[in-house]
Amino acid sequence: MCLAIPAKIVNIDNQSATVEVGGVTRQASIVLLPDARLGNYILIHAGFAISLVDEAEALETIKLFQQLSEGLDGENGPEPVQ
Amino acid sequence: MPLPFLDDFRQGQHVRALLEQLAEHAATLERPARIMEVCGTHTMAISRHGIRQAIPESLALISGPGCPVCVTANADIDAFIEIALLPNVIATTFGDMLRVPGTRMGLAQARGQGARVQIVYSTLDALKLARENPDATVIFFGIGFETTAPTVAAALVEAHESNIDNFMVLSAHKVVPPALAALCATPGLAVDAFLCPGHVTAIIGPEAYRQVVDDFGIPCVIAGFEPADILQSLTMLVDQIAAGRSEVELQYSRGVRPEGNPTAMAMIDRVFEPCDAEWRGLGVIPGSGLAIREEFAAHDAARRFPVDVSYSREPAGCLCGAILTGIKSPRDCPLFSRGCTPDHPIGPCMVSSEGTCAAYFQYEI
Amino acid sequence: MSKQPDSRILLAHGSGGRLTHELIEQVFGKTLANPILDRMDDAATFDIEGRLAFTTDSHVVSPIFFPGGDIGRLSLTGTVNDLAMMGAKPLYISAGFIIEEGLPFADLETIVASMGDTAHEAGVQVVAGDTKVVERGAADGIFITTSGIGLIPPGVQISATGAMPGDAIIVSGAIGDHGATILSKREGMDFDVELQSDCAPLGGLVADMLAAAPGIHVLRDPTRGGVAATLNEIAASSEVDIEIEEERIPYRAEVRAVCELLGLDPMVLANEGKLVAFVAAEDAGQVFEAMKKNRYGSLATKIGRVRKIESSRPRVYARTVLGSRRILSMPTGEQLPRIC
Repeated sequence: MCLAIPAKIVNIDNQSATVEVGGVTRQASIVLLPDARLGNYILIHAGFAISLVDEAEALETIKLFQQLSEGLDGENGPEPVQ
Repeated sequence: MPLPFLDDFRQGQHVRALLEQLAEHAATLERPARIMEVCGTHTMAISRHGIRQAIPESLALISGPGCPVCVTANADIDAFIEIALLPNVIATTFGDMLRVPGTRMGLAQARGQGARVQIVYSTLDALKLARENPDATVIFFGIGFETTAPTVAAALVEAHESNIDNFMVLSAHKVVPPALAALCATPGLAVDAFLCPGHVTAIIGPEAYRQVVDDFGIPCVIAGFEPADILQSLTMLVDQIAAGRSEVELQYSRGVRPEGNPTAMAMIDRVFEPCDAEWRGLGVIPGSGLAIREEFAAHDAARRFPVDVSYSREPAGCLCGAILTGIKSPRDCPLFSRGCTPDHPIGPCMVSSEGTCAAYFQYEI
Repeated sequence: MSKQPDSRILLAHGSGGRLTHELIEQVFGKTLANPILDRMDDAATFDIEGRLAFTTDSHVVSPIFFPGGDIGRLSLTGTVNDLAMMGAKPLYISAGFIIEEGLPFADLETIVASMGDTAHEAGVQVVAGDTKVVERGAADGIFITTSGIGLIPPGVQISATGAMPGDAIIVSGAIGDHGATILSKREGMDFDVELQSDCAPLGGLVADMLAAAPGIHVLRDPTRGGVAATLNEIAASSEVDIEIEEERIPYRAEVRAVCELLGLDPMVLANEGKLVAFVAAEDAGQVFEAMKKNRYGSLATKIGRVRKIESSRPRVYARTVLGSRRILSMPTGEQLPRIC
């Protein structure tokens, strides 16, 4: 019941942010995320930012996957997206 | 161009490594395990990525009552349709609801009878319609759990503060924790662990599952929605089961904070209060619904447009109740794909695009 | 003819009198000019020898102007491509217009100019037409119906029933552009994206492919219902199974992003300048190379294979990123955005 995907805040005008993902931009309300700042990645659901994406945690998790891939077949995994 | 923080979690090499890891860990289980997911988005993701086919046979993935469309009672749908058919009403809804049948008809048929029905991506779009159409009343159908409820609450606050008097919401919102508790207390429920909804938890916070792990001893892992997230979460659940632990663990650390989203929770609390709600297939669960508070009565479609839906009936002959509680599987239902299909749905599980039966019909071999 | 900036089509333009005559001569006749149309006879006449393909298509797209095209271009490419999918060289097109009273004149001129440009690119002539004007509200701006005739070269035998186990399945480029573009421009969606419809005539691409291998089994353009519908249709008609690999399907990032935001599967979105080809394994390499050299096939990708039916009926399977299989179903009804 929760389709939400990561998008980057590229502009803020009071409580309305412009967010971008894959070249698509849309307005999103940040009234539920008062700590949101320009450049943050947020999760957008039904036109609202509902949570910040913790980039450090994301990269940690991806690193774990890479180690798993390497451990299992001795090859390097791909680089994470910045 | 990869999509940031998304594609890495469905990257083939990672996913296949996680699958191998899951197989290794599942081999330590003494007996087969039944893991229930309680989020329609997880139901879809699991079917769409062929996860059931890929995981070890000792793991049974069952779907619970996680589809807010499926669990919305016919009486609520009928009420919205009655209001949609009134003159000067613009009925707005998320796309998920358009094909849901109702007792007599669905929104698509109501549109055919002259109702003005508009699909919106966000409640704010419905609010915009209200501003642009001062002579009409815009009614928004509020369905969804705690991920969506705060967004609807925010729109109601804005309507209230900006005096947009022709904007109203018919709330059929529900909350997850009371339903989970009711599920845990269901006799005959055979569930070894819960795969918990990542985005609902981003709002309500991981502590919401405390009762499930402490009082019922069922392990919970809060999972993201990409294949890598689901596989990693399954491994974490298998490890808990194998070790006899029952804890709340967070797999979806990039999306969920330990405290949830207090601003969103406060927004829900400002506009809504708990009420008893009927969940299709589960019956009435006390305190599991969200009703609009008195302060916002002017924007409450239930108060402003009381309608007679005494004719409401649930469809007979389908096993949705047992399917929603994970006791039966879609293929156990005699109507599944024989008379009950996504084009001609009979019960709620087939109706919704993320209902268990719909997911099986569309994706499962 | 009144050329004031705000002049509009009136009911009188469709009544057969002086205004109709002027409209036909000065807009349609002038822009679409060719020796056959210029004669302004009651019917077009021409000599063709050989096996013919004949098709018709009605166009009611809304909005009528969209990034990458308009209803005019679409009405040409739709019919031209249906002919091309039979292996035919598209030759002659007819166009019937139903115009809503009040349509701005300038819009009609733009649409017809678009048709002229597209006809020129496709190497076809619009040789017959008809215009009617209906009252306000009886049409959504403008509806266009085109029919087309094409000539099938000898040795070409393309049919939906022609797919054989072992055939390679090739798509001509990135999937979902047209559908995603229209969806993002629809009322209530408000997505800002540099997406364009892929609307394009494919007669030239098909000619190149047939030159490489005249025995191509199936060609189809995945319009309404997208690649998902096309694969299911061919599997049913040819009574075969189809297996594709999800990770191989090419998409623009913008299309993926729109689909992720709206909860849609890009495989069900319409394409108006793409084709799916089913080619015998031994011909696949040459056909593929020929496609890559054509401007409308530069991103051609092999996405799967045809197999014998393994269960009780034809099915389309998709191999997922996990390496397991799931069904790719025939899309049901209107594709609706969702939040769940």
